[in-house]
Amino acid sequence: MRGIRLESWRKNPLVFWIVAIPPTVWLLVFFIIPLTLIWIFSFGEKRGIVDIAITWTFDNYARALDPLYLQIFLKSFWFAGLTTLVCLAAGFPLAIAITFSSQRWKGILLLLVILPFWTNLLIRTYALIAVLRTRGFMNFTVEWLWEKANVLLVFVGLGEYHLLGQQYQPFELLYNNFAVVFGLVYVHLPFMVLPLYAALDRMDRSYLEASLDLGAGQARTFVSVMVPLALPGIISGVIITFIPALGSFLTPDLLGGTDSQMIANVIERQFKSANDWPFGAALSFILMYITFFALAVRALTSRGKSAMEAA
Amino acid sequence: MRRHPIGPLDYNRRLWIRLTLIATFVFLYAPILTLIAFSFNDSRRNIVWRGFTLKYYEKAWNNESMIEAFTNSLTIAFISTIVSIILGAMVAVLLWRFRFPFKASYEGASALPIVIPEICMGVAMLAFFARIGWPSGMPYPFNLSQITIAHISFSFPFVAVVVRARLASFNRELEEAAKDLGASEWQTFRDVLIPYMRPGLVAGGLLAFTLSLDDFVITFFTSGPDTVTFPVKVYSMVRFSVTPEVNAASAVLIVITVLLTTTALWIQSRMDKK
Repeated sequence: MRGIRLESWRKNPLVFWIVAIPPTVWLLVFFIIPLTLIWIFSFGEKRGIVDIAITWTFDNYARALDPLYLQIFLKSFWFAGLTTLVCLAAGFPLAIAITFSSQRWKGILLLLVILPFWTNLLIRTYALIAVLRTRGFMNFTVEWLWEKANVLLVFVGLGEYHLLGQQYQPFELLYNNFAVVFGLVYVHLPFMVLPLYAALDRMDRSYLEASLDLGAGQARTFVSVMVPLALPGIISGVIITFIPALGSFLTPDLLGGTDSQMIANVIERQFKSANDWPFGAALSFILMYITFFALAVRALTSRGKSAMEAA
Repeated sequence: MRRHPIGPLDYNRRLWIRLTLIATFVFLYAPILTLIAFSFNDSRRNIVWRGFTLKYYEKAWNNESMIEAFTNSLTIAFISTIVSIILGAMVAVLLWRFRFPFKASYEGASALPIVIPEICMGVAMLAFFARIGWPSGMPYPFNLSQITIAHISFSFPFVAVVVRARLASFNRELEEAAKDLGASEWQTFRDVLIPYMRPGLVAGGLLAFTLSLDDFVITFFTSGPDTVTFPVKVYSMVRFSVTPEVNAASAVLIVITVLLTTTALWIQSRMDKK
């Protein structure tokens, strides 16, 4: 900060109101009011097809604790958590590789990480269907390997035993929990890599050199120097991967089976087919409170970090 | 050039790091690239290569409902981008220039559309438009107003972030100099501040355009049976089967977004260097 003195709004009220009113009104009318409406609905009761009586009841929130829905919440947490873990495990080496690349490669690698992120989510999910389905590329490749292996077995004189089975059994890769986590990792990997890279890039490399010079191995240096230094980035990455993964709608909808529904799918059903808006509204707000909680954790940890730097 | 032995910090020259790097990029790109490649494949079954063809592009082009959805998407993205640039720039200037009560809360509220789960925003917009009885069935392009409004609501905060980042490097003395030399508030804004903000406005605008073109979840909740956007159309097609026409149309959209994104990133990197 160069210690810029901001102008008080009183000094120039005309300009202030000109730039303040349009976006504020927009935000209020087309964002805050719709959210407030949903919030009020979440305390309502369904009466008939479109009627909602606002009775300030907590029944909708209590219903979310019903084992059926609680299980879906737990499942969503499990999917999002597993996705975050896989992204962290895959993203860390990637972030290290980008950090220690030459300036030119850095830009190219970062662009390669960001580009899929901007490709339409629906199209990427659709592309995964073509890869994972029973007659998709994954099974196609494995079947080809299977045939080659059989040829090899015949060649060494083991052909008549059918060691690999009579016929190729395609893997069921689509419409199950595996497909959902696979799809979530596919979509969310960039969310993890970027903050990790930002943290590693800021890191002072002389700490690593010092650790290696003083006799610690690469593994020890990684655990006791690199990870602690990158911790703010790790926390940030974990949170901004976990939040959108938790609220995913499209991935479980298109890649999941009947038992891999997540919170967002239940919310969608309340608004579109089940037509129980108050309950859907309550579920939306539970999801939102979880999001705010995670963001608060992130804000607190980053504040702690800057306080440490200041000290 | 002689190859040096791998130094302790040359992580990117280690074999296992390189292998993970390659594996990750294969994982990220193979599905998209096969999708594009097989949009040129002369086979319905879509899995064995049977020669090059453009017939699925032709089919997609002649598919009236698909073209209508594409036109809708572009119209929405275009209007949403223009409004988002204006509103976003206003928020950026407001937060950059002024001190005012509850500024921190205002900042938080204006960033809210970026952080809340898409599904929550989608259902909120659905409930809002249903409750106030927003007119439907209007002629084009007014039938798209609900989707456009929702898109503006989630796009302009992104524009504000980008433009504000640009303004952070502005030398306020330039503004003071302009005023000392007799320029009015408006002239200063038009001739000093706007030209300085321009790269931020362009990058933010491209961002808003891509966001709008890509959005599915929020659009899904604000679109009606006769206001279908391209992603919503693809969604309804994908539910039934994987067809080469969808591949072809998707390939076109991928190329558009990749071009827009690279342009935006390129403008931003030039902006940082200056």
